[in-house]
Amino acid sequence: MTIDSDKIRSDFPILKTEVNGKPLVYLDNGATTQKPQSVIDTIVDYYTHYNSNIHRGAHHLSNLATEAHEEARKTVQSYINAASNREVIFTRGTTEAINLVAFSYGEAFVNPGDDVIVTEMDHHSNFVPWQMICERRGANFRTIPFDKNGNLRLDVFEKLLSEKTRIVAFNHVSNSLGTINPAKRIIKMAHDAGAAVLVDAAQSVQHVEHDVQDLDADFYAFSGHKIYGPTGIGVLYGKESWLDAIPPYQGGGEMIDQVSIEKTTYNKLPFKFEAGTPNIVGPIGLAAAIDYLNTMPFEEIRAYEDDLLEYGREQLLEIEGLTIYGNADQRTSILAFNIEGIHHYDLGTLLDTQGVAVRTGHHCTQPIMTALGISGTVRASLALYNNKEDIDALVSGIQKVRKMLGE
Amino acid sequence: MASIRENQAEIVEDFSFLPQWDERYSYLIELGQKMEPLPEAFKVEDNIVRGCQSTVWLHRECRDGRVILEADSDSLIVKGLAALLMKVFSGQPAEDVLKAELTFFEETGLDKHLSSQRANGLMAMIEQIKTFAVKCAEEK
Ligand SMILES: Cc1ncc(COP(=O)(O)O)c(C=O)c1O
Repeated sequence: MTIDSDKIRSDFPILKTEVNGKPLVYLDNGATTQKPQSVIDTIVDYYTHYNSNIHRGAHHLSNLATEAHEEARKTVQSYINAASNREVIFTRGTTEAINLVAFSYGEAFVNPGDDVIVTEMDHHSNFVPWQMICERRGANFRTIPFDKNGNLRLDVFEKLLSEKTRIVAFNHVSNSLGTINPAKRIIKMAHDAGAAVLVDAAQSVQHVEHDVQDLDADFYAFSGHKIYGPTGIGVLYGKESWLDAIPPYQGGGEMIDQVSIEKTTYNKLPFKFEAGTPNIVGPIGLAAAIDYLNTMPFEEIRAYEDDLLEYGREQLLEIEGLTIYGNADQRTSILAFNIEGIHHYDLGTLLDTQGVAVRTGHHCTQPIMTALGISGTVRASLALYNNKEDIDALVSGIQKVRKMLGE
Repeated sequence: MASIRENQAEIVEDFSFLPQWDERYSYLIELGQKMEPLPEAFKVEDNIVRGCQSTVWLHRECRDGRVILEADSDSLIVKGLAALLMKVFSGQPAEDVLKAELTFFEETGLDKHLSSQRANGLMAMIEQIKTFAVKCAEEK
């Protein structure tokens, strides 16, 4: 293994922080990841040297900014292997990307009596927008359940699919269970039924395969801040044929071709979906994050993270009364659990006093919690810069909390 | 009986003896554990205060213009926070509860530590207590 954990850690300045007098153990990467120095420097460099509005200025700085912004689009294109940079649309994040598709695809293709299918393990961001469009368009909102281990019930999915199915939306990786869903298979099944597919890649693009052409995804959404890039920037990939076939989401500057009182025509892709002054530096920072990832072979990143996850599971399962949620056949990066007799909020809060950052609660997936019959979990989520010492700190933190609670 | 202001001062003093946050949480948890158990009959839907992560039951009564409170939670930390609110408010005249300014969260630093207050439902509890105090003051 050539992943040099110490070197990687030294690239992320925040990891030297102390919290409550203890060294930070950051295990909340599913919520957001930390940023390497190169990303921070890139953002500072932009504002220090070439901040300017793009695509319109006839001046030097505007040209520099436009070039960097559009270069970033190509970096993203190459990372997800999109066929063209016209298929890469910058959004505010995964949530906005999904809302865009739900709205624009919904307007064009979802009609009364049609079916829209999502999964019971989807994040609210890939759940509520579809419910909303179903309500607007008079369509049926259908969901695929999962089994007790966190595997999607593809047998049920098979039965849900019909000629009425317009679109299937699912997360490639579940943020609450860590399940890696069989994306290629799901997409193939949906396509065979004549439905389009949106992949929520918020938790997958940084951990598992992310080749949109190989997956054959019609739409694919992710957030910069979960892949070591800045907040406020996300990506919607769409096949050009689909992006041409659906109407714009928002109107404004940048997205137009000609405007007159009688009629407005829209700009070509990707600008048709990028109304207003965009987040200019966001893509530039995101590209720096991707460049950083590209310094390591992805298979090695994946092997390192898998190894760490399995170590984490082994260590946690040694703890008495601990239940892990999410035991799917294929999984990544998420350790979700509860300990008998301890409320998840208490455990999370008390871990924080020891510098261990985890997330607690329902993780924006209330349907999952309902299905599991619990109110929430403690979730430790891993990133590239985590190591076995982080897991050990989590485990000893839990032991200490036990003592504090007089167990 | 001590006033709301005096109760708050006492809490601030108690916390000042505990410089470490893990000690403070231990103290909160102890307060919660020492609280009189809430009768099952009071654990009804009407008494639930919606926090994001934990369930809080807040039972309110108005006796002779005074606000009487009892609480419970499935989270020990939240129960401890509820215990602090009981200590400050329970038994106080409704008018005083209405007028009271809560300063102890800031003075103990609890506000910063519990910055995701939505998660623990603290603000919702305070709101419920204040709303109830309005009714109680009118009853009198
Ligand atoms: C699976 C999944 N989908 C969507 C989102 C929403 O991402 P964002 O809040 O960055 O738009 C998240 C983030 O928590 C997620 O984990």
